[in-house]
Amino acid sequence: MAHAVSTPAGAHGGHGAGHGGGHHDDHHDQESLKTFGFWLFLITDVILFGTLFATYVVLRLNTDGGPTGAELLEMNGIIISTFILLTSSFTSGIAVLEMNKGNKRGLILWLAITAVLGASFVFLEVNEFMHLVHEGANIGTSAYWSAFFVLVGTHGLHVSVGLVWMVALILQLSRRGITPVTKRKVSIISLYWHFLDVVWIFVFSIVYLMGVM
Amino acid sequence: MENHNANAHNAHGGSMKSYVIGFLFSIILTIIPLVVVMNDMLSKTATTVLILIMAILQFAVQLIFFMHIRDEEKPRFNLMALIFGLVILLTIVAGSIWIMTYNAVAS
Repeated sequence: MAHAVSTPAGAHGGHGAGHGGGHHDDHHDQESLKTFGFWLFLITDVILFGTLFATYVVLRLNTDGGPTGAELLEMNGIIISTFILLTSSFTSGIAVLEMNKGNKRGLILWLAITAVLGASFVFLEVNEFMHLVHEGANIGTSAYWSAFFVLVGTHGLHVSVGLVWMVALILQLSRRGITPVTKRKVSIISLYWHFLDVVWIFVFSIVYLMGVM
Repeated sequence: MENHNANAHNAHGGSMKSYVIGFLFSIILTIIPLVVVMNDMLSKTATTVLILIMAILQFAVQLIFFMHIRDEEKPRFNLMALIFGLVILLTIVAGSIWIMTYNAVAS
Protein backbone atom coordinates (compact mmCIF):
# COMPACT_ATOMS: atom_id res chain seq x y z
CA MET A 1 0.00 0.00 0.00
CA ALA A 2 2.77 2.40 0.95
CA HIS A 3 4.35 1.58 -2.39
CA ALA A 4 1.23 2.43 -4.35
CA VAL A 5 0.83 5.96 -2.92
CA SER A 6 4.45 7.04 -2.94
CA THR A 7 5.50 9.51 -5.62
CA PRO A 8 7.86 8.37 -8.33
CA ALA A 9 10.57 10.52 -6.76
CA GLY A 10 9.89 8.99 -3.34
CA ALA A 11 9.95 5.48 -4.74
CA HIS A 12 13.17 6.19 -6.50
CA GLY A 13 14.71 7.68 -3.38
CA GLY A 14 13.59 4.69 -1.34
CA HIS A 15 15.15 2.37 -3.81
CA GLY A 16 18.33 4.36 -3.94
CA ALA A 17 18.72 4.27 -0.16
CA GLY A 18 18.76 0.50 -0.13
CA HIS A 19 20.79 0.23 -3.28
CA GLY A 20 23.80 -1.58 -1.92
CA GLY A 21 21.77 -4.21 -0.10
CA GLY A 22 19.12 -4.42 -2.80
CA HIS A 23 21.63 -5.05 -5.53
CA HIS A 24 23.30 -7.74 -3.50
CA ASP A 25 19.95 -9.42 -2.85
CA ASP A 26 19.09 -9.36 -6.57
CA HIS A 27 22.37 -11.05 -7.29
CA HIS A 28 21.77 -13.55 -4.54
CA ASP A 29 18.27 -14.29 -5.93
CA GLN A 30 19.77 -14.91 -9.37
CA GLU A 31 22.21 -17.42 -7.93
CA SER A 32 19.58 -19.22 -5.86
CA LEU A 33 17.31 -19.34 -8.92
CA LYS A 34 20.12 -21.03 -10.81
CA THR A 35 20.53 -23.52 -7.98
CA PHE A 36 16.81 -24.25 -8.19
CA GLY A 37 17.12 -24.72 -11.96
CA PHE A 38 19.83 -27.28 -11.30
CA TRP A 39 17.58 -29.00 -8.77
CA LEU A 40 14.93 -29.33 -11.51
CA PHE A 41 17.55 -30.93 -13.76
CA LEU A 42 18.26 -33.44 -10.98
CA ILE A 43 14.55 -34.27 -10.80
CA THR A 44 14.53 -35.03 -14.54
CA ASP A 45 17.58 -37.21 -13.94
CA VAL A 46 15.62 -39.06 -11.24
CA ILE A 47 13.05 -39.89 -13.93
CA LEU A 48 15.76 -40.95 -16.39
CA PHE A 49 17.22 -43.38 -13.86
CA GLY A 50 13.67 -44.47 -12.95
CA THR A 51 13.08 -45.68 -16.51
CA LEU A 52 16.43 -47.49 -16.52
CA PHE A 53 15.68 -49.18 -13.19
CA ALA A 54 12.22 -50.18 -14.44
CA THR A 55 13.85 -51.70 -17.55
CA TYR A 56 16.41 -53.54 -15.47
CA VAL A 57 13.84 -54.97 -13.05
CA VAL A 58 11.56 -56.11 -15.86
CA LEU A 59 14.42 -57.78 -17.77
CA ARG A 60 16.32 -59.21 -14.79
CA LEU A 61 15.43 -62.84 -15.62
CA ASN A 62 15.87 -62.61 -19.41
CA THR A 63 19.40 -63.97 -19.69
CA ASP A 64 18.72 -65.97 -22.88
CA GLY A 65 20.51 -69.04 -21.54
CA GLY A 66 23.71 -67.02 -21.11
CA PRO A 67 25.54 -66.02 -17.93
CA THR A 68 23.48 -64.52 -15.10
CA GLY A 69 24.39 -61.66 -12.81
CA ALA A 70 24.68 -64.02 -9.85
CA GLU A 71 27.34 -66.01 -11.72
CA LEU A 72 29.54 -63.14 -12.87
CA LEU A 73 29.16 -60.20 -10.49
CA GLU A 74 32.05 -59.93 -8.05
CA MET A 75 31.01 -58.30 -4.80
CA ASN A 76 34.49 -57.47 -3.45
CA GLY A 77 35.21 -54.74 -5.98
CA ILE A 78 31.66 -53.42 -5.72
CA ILE A 79 31.83 -53.16 -1.92
CA ILE A 80 35.05 -51.15 -2.22
CA SER A 81 33.63 -48.80 -4.85
CA THR A 82 30.44 -48.34 -2.80
CA PHE A 83 32.41 -47.17 0.22
CA ILE A 84 34.59 -44.98 -2.00
CA LEU A 85 31.50 -43.22 -3.37
CA LEU A 86 29.90 -42.89 0.08
CA THR A 87 33.09 -41.28 1.37
CA SER A 88 33.28 -38.93 -1.62
CA SER A 89 29.73 -37.75 -0.94
CA PHE A 90 30.90 -36.90 2.59
CA THR A 91 34.07 -35.14 1.41
CA SER A 92 32.12 -33.01 -1.07
CA GLY A 93 30.01 -31.90 1.91
CA ILE A 94 33.18 -30.97 3.84
CA ALA A 95 34.23 -28.89 0.80
CA VAL A 96 31.00 -26.88 1.12
CA LEU A 97 31.66 -26.37 4.84
CA GLU A 98 35.16 -25.07 4.07
CA MET A 99 33.66 -22.76 1.44
CA ASN A 100 31.19 -21.35 3.99
CA LYS A 101 34.14 -20.65 6.29
CA GLY A 102 35.75 -18.75 3.40
CA ASN A 103 38.72 -21.13 3.31
CA LYS A 104 39.73 -21.34 -0.36
CA ARG A 105 42.64 -23.75 0.17
CA GLY A 106 40.47 -26.09 2.24
CA LEU A 107 37.70 -25.95 -0.35
CA ILE A 108 40.05 -26.82 -3.21
CA LEU A 109 41.74 -29.57 -1.16
CA TRP A 110 38.45 -31.31 -0.27
CA LEU A 111 37.10 -30.95 -3.82
CA ALA A 112 40.34 -32.51 -5.08
CA ILE A 113 39.96 -35.40 -2.60
CA THR A 114 36.38 -35.87 -3.82
CA ALA A 115 37.60 -35.92 -7.43
CA VAL A 116 40.31 -38.49 -6.66
CA LEU A 117 37.74 -40.74 -4.94
CA GLY A 118 35.39 -40.29 -7.91
CA ALA A 119 38.19 -41.18 -10.33
CA SER A 120 38.96 -44.36 -8.35
CA PHE A 121 35.28 -45.27 -8.55
CA VAL A 122 35.27 -44.86 -12.35
CA PHE A 123 38.54 -46.81 -12.60
CA LEU A 124 37.05 -49.73 -10.63
CA GLU A 125 33.91 -49.65 -12.75
CA VAL A 126 35.84 -49.74 -16.03
CA ASN A 127 37.85 -52.67 -14.64
CA GLU A 128 34.65 -54.46 -13.71
CA PHE A 129 33.16 -53.94 -17.17
CA MET A 130 36.33 -55.23 -18.84
CA HIS A 131 36.23 -58.27 -16.57
CA LEU A 132 32.57 -58.92 -17.46
CA VAL A 133 33.21 -58.62 -21.19
CA HIS A 134 36.19 -60.95 -20.80
CA GLU A 135 33.90 -63.48 -19.08
CA GLY A 136 31.51 -63.32 -22.03
CA ALA A 137 28.89 -60.82 -20.91
CA ASN A 138 28.77 -57.72 -23.12
CA ILE A 139 25.95 -55.32 -23.85
CA GLY A 140 24.59 -57.54 -26.64
CA THR A 141 24.73 -60.89 -24.80
CA SER A 142 21.17 -60.84 -23.50
CA ALA A 143 18.39 -58.49 -22.44
CA TYR A 144 19.62 -58.77 -18.85
CA TRP A 145 23.14 -57.60 -19.72
CA SER A 146 21.82 -54.83 -22.00
CA ALA A 147 19.77 -53.46 -19.12
CA PHE A 148 22.69 -53.95 -16.73
CA PHE A 149 25.28 -52.11 -18.83
CA VAL A 150 22.93 -49.26 -19.72
CA LEU A 151 21.88 -48.67 -16.10
CA VAL A 152 25.31 -49.02 -14.47
CA GLY A 153 27.02 -47.33 -17.43
CA THR A 154 24.71 -44.30 -17.33
CA HIS A 155 25.57 -43.83 -13.67
CA GLY A 156 29.28 -44.20 -14.45
CA LEU A 157 28.95 -41.66 -17.24
CA HIS A 158 27.34 -39.21 -14.81
CA VAL A 159 30.25 -39.66 -12.42
CA SER A 160 32.76 -39.14 -15.26
CA VAL A 161 31.02 -35.93 -16.41
CA GLY A 162 30.99 -34.77 -12.77
CA LEU A 163 34.75 -35.35 -12.59
CA VAL A 164 35.50 -33.19 -15.64
CA TRP A 165 33.22 -30.51 -14.21
CA MET A 166 34.88 -30.72 -10.79
CA VAL A 167 38.40 -30.36 -12.20
CA ALA A 168 37.26 -27.33 -14.24
CA LEU A 169 35.70 -25.83 -11.11
CA ILE A 170 38.90 -26.37 -9.10
CA LEU A 171 40.84 -24.48 -11.80
CA GLN A 172 38.28 -21.67 -11.76
CA LEU A 173 38.34 -21.46 -7.95
CA SER A 174 42.13 -21.22 -7.93
CA ARG A 175 41.93 -18.25 -10.32
CA ARG A 176 38.86 -16.38 -9.10
CA GLY A 177 38.61 -17.46 -5.47
CA ILE A 178 35.32 -17.71 -3.60
CA THR A 179 32.80 -15.35 -5.24
CA PRO A 180 28.97 -15.55 -5.23
CA VAL A 181 29.18 -17.24 -8.65
CA THR A 182 31.81 -19.84 -7.76
CA LYS A 183 29.97 -20.41 -4.47
CA ARG A 184 26.81 -21.32 -6.36
CA LYS A 185 28.81 -23.60 -8.65
CA VAL A 186 30.31 -25.45 -5.69
CA SER A 187 26.88 -25.86 -4.09
CA ILE A 188 25.37 -27.36 -7.21
CA ILE A 189 28.25 -29.73 -7.90
CA SER A 190 27.97 -30.94 -4.32
CA LEU A 191 24.21 -31.46 -4.82
CA TYR A 192 25.01 -33.38 -8.01
CA TRP A 193 27.54 -35.53 -6.19
CA HIS A 194 25.14 -36.39 -3.34
CA PHE A 195 22.53 -37.22 -5.98
CA LEU A 196 24.93 -39.62 -7.75
CA ASP A 197 25.59 -41.28 -4.42
CA VAL A 198 21.84 -41.78 -3.90
CA VAL A 199 21.51 -43.32 -7.38
CA TRP A 200 24.47 -45.60 -6.68
CA ILE A 201 22.86 -46.80 -3.43
CA PHE A 202 19.90 -48.01 -5.47
CA VAL A 203 22.17 -49.56 -8.13
CA PHE A 204 24.13 -51.30 -5.38
CA SER A 205 20.92 -52.50 -3.65
CA ILE A 206 18.86 -53.55 -6.65
CA VAL A 207 21.47 -54.69 -9.17
CA TYR A 208 24.21 -56.08 -6.95
CA LEU A 209 22.75 -57.08 -3.57
CA MET A 210 19.53 -58.46 -5.04
CA GLY A 211 21.45 -59.89 -8.00
CA VAL A 212 23.72 -62.09 -5.90
CA MET A 213 21.40 -63.04 -3.02
CA MET B 1 22.70 -8.71 10.40
CA GLU B 2 23.60 -11.44 12.82
CA ASN B 3 20.21 -13.00 12.23
CA HIS B 4 20.72 -12.85 8.48
CA ASN B 5 24.07 -14.57 8.78
CA ALA B 6 22.60 -17.31 10.91
CA ASN B 7 19.88 -17.90 8.33
CA ALA B 8 22.35 -17.98 5.47
CA HIS B 9 24.43 -20.50 7.38
CA ASN B 10 21.45 -22.78 7.93
CA ALA B 11 20.27 -22.52 4.36
CA HIS B 12 23.49 -23.58 2.66
CA GLY B 13 25.83 -25.35 4.96
CA GLY B 14 24.62 -27.50 7.78
CA SER B 15 27.37 -28.23 10.25
CA MET B 16 30.29 -30.62 10.53
CA LYS B 17 28.22 -32.52 13.08
CA SER B 18 25.34 -33.12 10.66
CA TYR B 19 27.75 -34.30 7.94
CA VAL B 20 29.51 -36.72 10.30
CA ILE B 21 26.19 -38.11 11.57
CA GLY B 22 24.97 -38.50 7.99
CA PHE B 23 28.19 -40.25 6.97
CA LEU B 24 28.02 -42.70 9.91
CA PHE B 25 24.36 -43.46 9.17
CA SER B 26 25.12 -44.06 5.49
CA ILE B 27 27.95 -46.47 6.38
CA ILE B 28 25.76 -48.39 8.85
CA LEU B 29 22.83 -48.54 6.42
CA THR B 30 25.17 -49.98 3.76
CA ILE B 31 26.78 -52.56 6.02
CA ILE B 32 23.50 -54.01 7.40
CA PRO B 33 22.07 -55.33 4.09
CA LEU B 34 25.58 -56.31 2.93
CA VAL B 35 26.15 -58.56 5.96
CA VAL B 36 22.68 -60.08 5.64
CA VAL B 37 23.13 -60.85 1.92
CA MET B 38 26.71 -62.15 2.12
CA ASN B 39 25.87 -64.54 4.96
CA ASP B 40 22.41 -65.61 3.66
CA MET B 41 20.88 -64.76 7.01
CA LEU B 42 17.24 -64.27 5.96
CA SER B 43 14.75 -65.73 3.50
CA LYS B 44 14.63 -64.29 0.00
CA THR B 45 11.53 -62.15 0.58
CA ALA B 46 12.75 -60.83 3.92
CA THR B 47 16.14 -59.94 2.40
CA THR B 48 14.49 -58.09 -0.49
CA VAL B 49 12.32 -56.08 1.89
CA LEU B 50 15.30 -55.32 4.15
CA ILE B 51 17.47 -54.18 1.20
CA LEU B 52 14.73 -51.84 -0.05
CA ILE B 53 14.06 -50.37 3.41
CA MET B 54 17.77 -49.73 3.98
CA ALA B 55 18.10 -48.10 0.53
CA ILE B 56 15.15 -45.79 1.19
CA LEU B 57 16.50 -44.84 4.64
CA GLN B 58 19.86 -44.16 3.03
CA PHE B 59 18.12 -41.89 0.51
CA ALA B 60 16.47 -40.03 3.41
CA VAL B 61 19.82 -39.67 5.20
CA GLN B 62 21.45 -38.14 2.11
CA LEU B 63 18.50 -35.78 1.61
CA ILE B 64 18.38 -34.60 5.22
CA PHE B 65 22.01 -34.55 6.35
CA PHE B 66 23.80 -33.82 3.05
CA MET B 67 21.29 -32.05 0.79
CA HIS B 68 19.61 -30.17 3.68
CA ILE B 69 16.10 -30.58 2.33
CA ARG B 70 14.63 -29.77 5.77
CA ASP B 71 16.36 -26.39 5.95
CA GLU B 72 14.63 -25.03 2.87
CA GLU B 73 12.73 -21.77 3.33
CA LYS B 74 9.02 -21.54 2.87
CA PRO B 75 7.64 -21.92 -0.40
CA ARG B 76 9.34 -25.32 -0.51
CA PHE B 77 9.72 -25.55 -4.27
CA ASN B 78 12.64 -27.98 -4.04
CA LEU B 79 10.63 -30.40 -1.94
CA MET B 80 7.57 -30.04 -4.19
CA ALA B 81 9.64 -30.71 -7.33
CA LEU B 82 11.20 -33.72 -5.63
CA ILE B 83 7.82 -35.18 -4.62
CA PHE B 84 6.56 -34.64 -8.17
CA GLY B 85 9.61 -36.47 -9.53
CA LEU B 86 9.16 -39.35 -7.08
CA VAL B 87 5.50 -39.75 -8.05
CA ILE B 88 6.53 -40.12 -11.71
CA LEU B 89 9.38 -42.46 -10.70
CA LEU B 90 7.06 -44.74 -8.72
CA THR B 91 4.49 -44.74 -11.51
CA ILE B 92 7.11 -45.77 -14.07
CA VAL B 93 8.78 -48.43 -11.93
CA ALA B 94 5.70 -49.95 -10.26
CA GLY B 95 3.65 -49.67 -13.48
CA SER B 96 6.35 -51.42 -15.54
CA ILE B 97 6.74 -54.24 -13.04
CA TRP B 98 2.99 -54.68 -12.76
CA ILE B 99 2.24 -54.70 -16.48
CA MET B 100 5.20 -56.93 -17.40
CA THR B 101 4.37 -59.44 -14.67
CA TYR B 102 0.89 -59.68 -16.11
CA ASN B 103 2.35 -60.00 -19.62
CA ALA B 104 4.43 -62.99 -18.52
CA VAL B 105 1.32 -64.69 -17.11
CA ALA B 106 -0.71 -64.05 -20.29
CA SER B 107 1.87 -65.56 -22.62
